[in-house]
Amino acid sequence: MRRSMVILTSVLATGALTLTACGSRDEGGDSSDNGDGTTLTIGVDAPLSGENSTTGLGIQYGAQIAVDDANKNKLVPGVTFKLKAYDDKAQPATGQSNATAITGDKTAVGAVGPLNSGVAQTMQQVFASADMVQISPSNTNPELTQGKNWQTDKKRPYPTYFRTATTDELQGSFAAGYAYNKLKKKKAFVVDDKQTYGAGLAKIFNEQFKKLGGTVVQTDHVNTGDKDFGSLVTKIKNSGADLLYYGGQYDESALITKQMKDGGVKIPLFGGDGMFASTYIETAGTSAEGDLATSVGVPADTLPAAKTFIETYKAKGYKGDYGAYGAYAYDATTAIIKAVKAAVDANNGDVPSDINKLRSSVVDEVQKSDFEGISGKVAFDQYGDTTNKQLTVYQVEKGAWKAVETGTADLG
Amino acid sequence: MNTLPQQLANGLLLGSMYGLIAIGYTMVYGIVQLINFAHGEIFMTGAFGALTVYFYVLPDGTAMAIAVPLMLIGGAIVAVLIAVGAERFAYRPLRGAPRLAPLITAIGLSLALQEVVRNFYPGADRARAFPGLDATHDIGSITIKDADIFLVAAAIICMSGLAFFVRKSRTGRAMQATAQDPDTAQLMGIDTNRIIVIAFAIGGLFAAVAAVAYGLKYGNVDYRMGFLMGLKAFTAAVLGGIGNIYGAMLGGIVLGIAETLASAYIDGIPGMQQLGGQSWANVWAFALLIIVLLVRPQGLLGERVADRA
Repeated sequence: MRRSMVILTSVLATGALTLTACGSRDEGGDSSDNGDGTTLTIGVDAPLSGENSTTGLGIQYGAQIAVDDANKNKLVPGVTFKLKAYDDKAQPATGQSNATAITGDKTAVGAVGPLNSGVAQTMQQVFASADMVQISPSNTNPELTQGKNWQTDKKRPYPTYFRTATTDELQGSFAAGYAYNKLKKKKAFVVDDKQTYGAGLAKIFNEQFKKLGGTVVQTDHVNTGDKDFGSLVTKIKNSGADLLYYGGQYDESALITKQMKDGGVKIPLFGGDGMFASTYIETAGTSAEGDLATSVGVPADTLPAAKTFIETYKAKGYKGDYGAYGAYAYDATTAIIKAVKAAVDANNGDVPSDINKLRSSVVDEVQKSDFEGISGKVAFDQYGDTTNKQLTVYQVEKGAWKAVETGTADLG
Repeated sequence: MNTLPQQLANGLLLGSMYGLIAIGYTMVYGIVQLINFAHGEIFMTGAFGALTVYFYVLPDGTAMAIAVPLMLIGGAIVAVLIAVGAERFAYRPLRGAPRLAPLITAIGLSLALQEVVRNFYPGADRARAFPGLDATHDIGSITIKDADIFLVAAAIICMSGLAFFVRKSRTGRAMQATAQDPDTAQLMGIDTNRIIVIAFAIGGLFAAVAAVAYGLKYGNVDYRMGFLMGLKAFTAAVLGGIGNIYGAMLGGIVLGIAETLASAYIDGIPGMQQLGGQSWANVWAFALLIIVLLVRPQGLLGERVADRA
């Protein structure tokens, strides 16, 4: 009995692995020249189903519109771009295997994504080994570009990794400043989801809030996927906090705010860009009223350059929410496409036949990016971070996110 | 402020929900010795059945007093049909097969149900809002809402109903007989196939009640809600002594309270800060299971074989 169980398990496992391997091997097949020029692929990796998928789909379709625009305007003559979407389900391991699949695709020149900082950590090495550019529209954890000891000794770990979103060092400080100076909150309860992004952001908020003179009355951690926060709500109630700061995604924070307000604790929940999505309000309903979130950049609908983008997004009926990162995904994709153009121009107008050579020169050209994107200026500093350091505080008002303040953090 | 009464109430509520779901595991195990790992998904489909009634059958603005009973009926129809269908088409053909075969079938069925809901139910690829019963009441230092009252009332009514059914009705006694010895029961003229179907149906019914309570309490449902709740309910069933219906409810409540108290107080103990808080709730819940199984391998109420059904 036990023996047959072991055999059956191994057969199933081997079978599954074999099938997966076949799947990824096929993808390089349909490459390069097809009559009217070259087809190059850009991979986009984000959670497209399950948790975080609202914002993940915003990234996928933001990139899709950029690719369509580039093809329509013949941005790189003789080259047609194709977008291939990969679903990482917000799982680091899945992100890593997607990265392997993207680098294994012999037509791929670069990748956009992922959404989650924790997923990015597992992907960076894969892209660095393949010398392929990766631009995240949404990762905000400082370690990704500035190394483990970013607070004392900034050191860029991977030259192939870039991002169009600013870091949590600025976001957490900006939130702390807003909470203390504008909202006049003095006692914060800080909760995070223990993920790279959430824990990092909550820690920075915690430090900055205390530095400003506020008190952090208690901290707690939740698991992603938790549904019942009754015990946490009772603790918050008992702590006398006047603000709940949450580092994490909307999946949990929407439930926390609902259960908290239902439990009679009428204090606002303040979070980061991970919960800045329409789903937050849909899930929490009227409990979301008055809650706040910071997000990267200036509000997409106030950018004149993003107007066509938003119209296209709506006209195509794309799913997901472009609000948080759609415009950034568009700019990240455009940065890759422009880098391909620069690489082609440098090669006397021909697409380098060696994909590795092309990938490597695209990395160099992305570093030199300097153009006006739809979210503002697109350029990267020596760490691969965007030079656009704008942040916005949004507040839920009458069932919608409304921008209340835009600016940048004062780290002084 | 003394938070203990509120935390105990939180734990009792969570535990009642575990208990209601655990009944499904324990009834089926008691009769066919199968751990129906798809039961968490039957719970999930019950929630979507109720959601369908609310959003697609009832006119907008129906009063909750009318909507909730109809949602219970809708959820119950869906969950019972799926539970009975699973028994008829997935498990019955494997009745004589080695026990591993139905177990793997159960896992496959669980994934299939999740994916079907995710792909074909409108908007189910992420959390869907569920109407809530959010009016709150203060009883002493405890705050509870209408949905909590519904949950506790439902758990008490369902449990007493089941206890009465199993002890007093003819079918209930036939279930006890089948649980004790299916072959002899058959020789005594009991249609064991029918008894097995009834066990699955009761499990589905209880899961649907728990699912409606879940939706009303948390305000949203999603296609993966059955996974963790199912796992916890299974733990509750084992903790209470699998096969015993009272054990399932007791196990659920013990588990819910242990989990809540652990997340509420352990980080306050000096030196235990790192091991407390909400994120460690599951760890303590499963640690409790291990301890109980070491001391009492049959579970809390596992010895009352005569009562199992």
